[in-house]
Amino acid sequence: MSTAAIKKTTSKSWRVVDIVVAALIAIAGGVIFWAWSQGAAAVSGPMNAVYPPLTGLIAGGWMIPAVLGMLIIRKPGAALFCETVAATGELLMGSQYGASVLFSGFVQGLGAEIIFAIFVYKKFNLPVALLAGAAAGLFCGLNDSFAPWGWNIAYAGGDKLAYIIFTAISGAIIAGALSWIATRGLARTGVLSSFASRKAATEPVFS
Amino acid sequence: MEAPNHHGAAGAVRPAAVTARGWGWRHAGRAKPAVHALDLDILPGERVLLLGPSGAGKSTLLHALAGVLGDVNDDGEAGDSDESGSLLVDGGSPRGQRGRAGLMQQDPETQVVLSRVGDDVAFGAENLAVPRDAIWTRVHEALADVGLSHLPLDHPTSALSGGQKQRLALAGILAMRPGLILLDEPTANLDPAGVLEVRDAVARCLDKTGATLVVVEHRVSVWKDLVDRIVVLQPGSAADPAVLLDGPPDRVLDEARTMLAAAGVWVPGYVPATRPRAGDARPGAGDLLLAAEKTAVSRERPRRSGFRKIPPVPVQEDITAQVRAGQALAITGPNGAGKSTFALTLAGLLEPVTGKISATTNLSRGAGIDPFRWKAEQLIERIGTVFQEPEHQFVTGRVRDELLFGPRHLGHGEDRVDELLERLRLTPLVDANPYTLSGGEKRRLSVATVLAASPQVLVLDEPTFGQDANTWAELASFLSELLDSGTAVVSVTHDAEFTAALGGTELKLAAAEKVAR
Amino acid sequence: MRGNNALLTRANPLSKLAAVVLITVVLALSIDWVSATVALAFEVLLFPLAGLTLTLLWQRGWPLILAAAVGGWSTSILAPDSGRTLVDVGIWTMSEGSLETGLGFMLRGLAIALPAVLLMSCTDPTDLADALAQKARLPHRFVLGTLAAMRLVGLLAEEWQTIGMARRARGVGSRGSVLQRVKATLGQSFGLLVQAIRRASRLAVTMEARGFGGGTRTWARASTYSVLDAWVLAGGLLMAGLAVVAAVSAGTWNMVWLGS
Repeated sequence: MSTAAIKKTTSKSWRVVDIVVAALIAIAGGVIFWAWSQGAAAVSGPMNAVYPPLTGLIAGGWMIPAVLGMLIIRKPGAALFCETVAATGELLMGSQYGASVLFSGFVQGLGAEIIFAIFVYKKFNLPVALLAGAAAGLFCGLNDSFAPWGWNIAYAGGDKLAYIIFTAISGAIIAGALSWIATRGLARTGVLSSFASRKAATEPVFS
Repeated sequence: MEAPNHHGAAGAVRPAAVTARGWGWRHAGRAKPAVHALDLDILPGERVLLLGPSGAGKSTLLHALAGVLGDVNDDGEAGDSDESGSLLVDGGSPRGQRGRAGLMQQDPETQVVLSRVGDDVAFGAENLAVPRDAIWTRVHEALADVGLSHLPLDHPTSALSGGQKQRLALAGILAMRPGLILLDEPTANLDPAGVLEVRDAVARCLDKTGATLVVVEHRVSVWKDLVDRIVVLQPGSAADPAVLLDGPPDRVLDEARTMLAAAGVWVPGYVPATRPRAGDARPGAGDLLLAAEKTAVSRERPRRSGFRKIPPVPVQEDITAQVRAGQALAITGPNGAGKSTFALTLAGLLEPVTGKISATTNLSRGAGIDPFRWKAEQLIERIGTVFQEPEHQFVTGRVRDELLFGPRHLGHGEDRVDELLERLRLTPLVDANPYTLSGGEKRRLSVATVLAASPQVLVLDEPTFGQDANTWAELASFLSELLDSGTAVVSVTHDAEFTAALGGTELKLAAAEKVAR
Repeated sequence: MRGNNALLTRANPLSKLAAVVLITVVLALSIDWVSATVALAFEVLLFPLAGLTLTLLWQRGWPLILAAAVGGWSTSILAPDSGRTLVDVGIWTMSEGSLETGLGFMLRGLAIALPAVLLMSCTDPTDLADALAQKARLPHRFVLGTLAAMRLVGLLAEEWQTIGMARRARGVGSRGSVLQRVKATLGQSFGLLVQAIRRASRLAVTMEARGFGGGTRTWARASTYSVLDAWVLAGGLLMAGLAVVAAVSAGTWNMVWLGS
């Protein structure tokens, strides 16, 4: 009869439930984003036709997995992991960006991850969430405007700047604020009882 | 502690013994312990059925024996979980012996890990570091033991029925050669055919390996002949021991028949009393409210391929049915026949592929003939639908707000809310978050929220799935009342006793195509 | 991939992935229609080897073509201008130069998107996970945990529909003003998140109960390299190389950081 050895876990290392839930949140984020962009096509179509950098305003949805994943799991690497998994999901669903979506996802996740790392993975309140979302948005804008695989690489300088500003704002509001609100709501349903975020509903907003 | 390579004598399984001495467990973040001071001894090879009201800690015990408690909830932050006493499998801690026990839970979808049959069965053996050749031998053996050896190893697991998925999970457990098999309500989400499939597979495996069995289940008749001991648990405390009754099945069931029935256990041969129909239950009586004419139904929307729209393949065709006030319509049939799909189409939530659903003026009252085209506010006043999973329908964060949601949108009906709260015993829960309720409470809440808008037609999708006997009786009686007051009730159900309790007509849907058995 | 017996299904997923990444990076370096067209030509030739037919490609690929066209359009109206001005309306200026850039952008977009489609048609996700864990030595808990979660995607998509219907049955109008629809979608998203977390938690228990998470494990399916993988890598290098050479000789090679 064989038995498996159990790794000793500390509170900063990932348990199996952290991995599986983080991966599924990332994938759910992809499903939601896909459904959302179907509905938003009526808005993004004209945006693109008129002044394409405006699409940066709805880019925040892209980055929800990074911030939401970290706010729920609260372990180092969660933002990076979730965003990369979400990008892998996009790749599997046949993204128009091809394999480059993996690079973009990594970069965006990195933006959020850096903010959480600056706060030593101890602060998960609203200002941190907003900053993380903005950072992810900033990195998204930079990635799209300056990386070789970026979709906006050929825009003129002024348009690139506009796009980056829009993505940063969109990241802060959609990826940052919405994820923070969602986490509080999820904590109230009791579904986060296995995670470090189980008390998120009653945590102070600003400190 | 490295995993030793024990692939020993082919097929040899050492049955495990379980010893609990004053064992207690409190989940992280909860105030009350889930299990308190449990004393229990299970001998190797024994087969035990665990019964008890919800809250007695049965699932917690099973999870602990499987070694999956503790890592999940222990987080080093305030509100740690708490263990007292000892719980030993073969004299050692379960956590250090994962793979010694195999655990099966009730949701078939999350018992499957990988997308190909062979890979999923091999998963457990891989984790136990069994050498590669031995793994595939075990896989073939395990699939044969559960009756799935006719499936090719690369058969997609998503194409399996619920019963097949649970049997696949059993095969995956058997590939680990466990000495202890733990089943946590394994047949709660299955249709009657699936229930027997799984029970028979378990019986065969136990006969072959002689492993110890601990099963938790509401429906005693399914397992009664298989087990040699029934243990009844209760929420323990300083005054009450955790084990209420313990003994051979016949003795326990005789002694505690009334007590078990009161706790909601489905004691064999006992169908809870429900309120009989008082009104006119003849088919054909009552005003016609909804009619389906030669409808074909499907859950999928037309797919877009390039510029063309491809209509979906219907799961069931040529259905004709009538819904009349004060009448019950039961939609029955095997899994996959499209019962839920048809019910949702009837309720105006899905569009029929061909044919049409029409509402008479009695029901539509000016909203139009096709329920699918009604606005959501118009729909809830006329047809109320209760989904199989209550959580899908929660839209607010408080029980009271849930009940007020419909009336607030309609602008009337808020006075009914208190009455409904009383009638469905939800008053003590008014400020709770709907997601935190127990299974039975969620079911009652979802029925109440739909009724708050006073619809004339009520559609229920598998309302008695996995319900204990008390909730079942309550629901059947409540619906009987509604029928007598003129509401039409359409239910999708496998439950023959439920259909009998409500009377009315039955719409039998035939199986669509042959699913790989 | 069930039913797909094409040649490329037998290659190791890592070599296929490496080839795809190589082509993506090389094509990304320049926006020009020559390198993109050369790459596209190769990719079309590879379809049968991946088990794709033109009909299948059209079914899966038409959103990509649309997206590439949209990207091409945006680029032509926003790229810095050169050559004769064709259209000048407010902030929109399209010149010969920017139109050429836009076209190149569209073709390049397609040339980058298609290899991923090719990859996914001839690679089973479980085999990819095996390769990543056994050959690339990524931590197996993360790789397999993610693989198991990915299996539930289809379920989640179905659940999205079900939740939408369930909420309509409660009176949540998904038609109506924009604000109403946004609120409805947000609520639906929340519902899906709850279900996702519940399912994932149960799946994690299933995996742990089967011994997952320990230090050592064996692999029932061996991920191996073969001569075919050498051919795949060589093919990728050849495709990338030819695209560059063709573009440089045609004079259209246009390194992204130098051009604009």
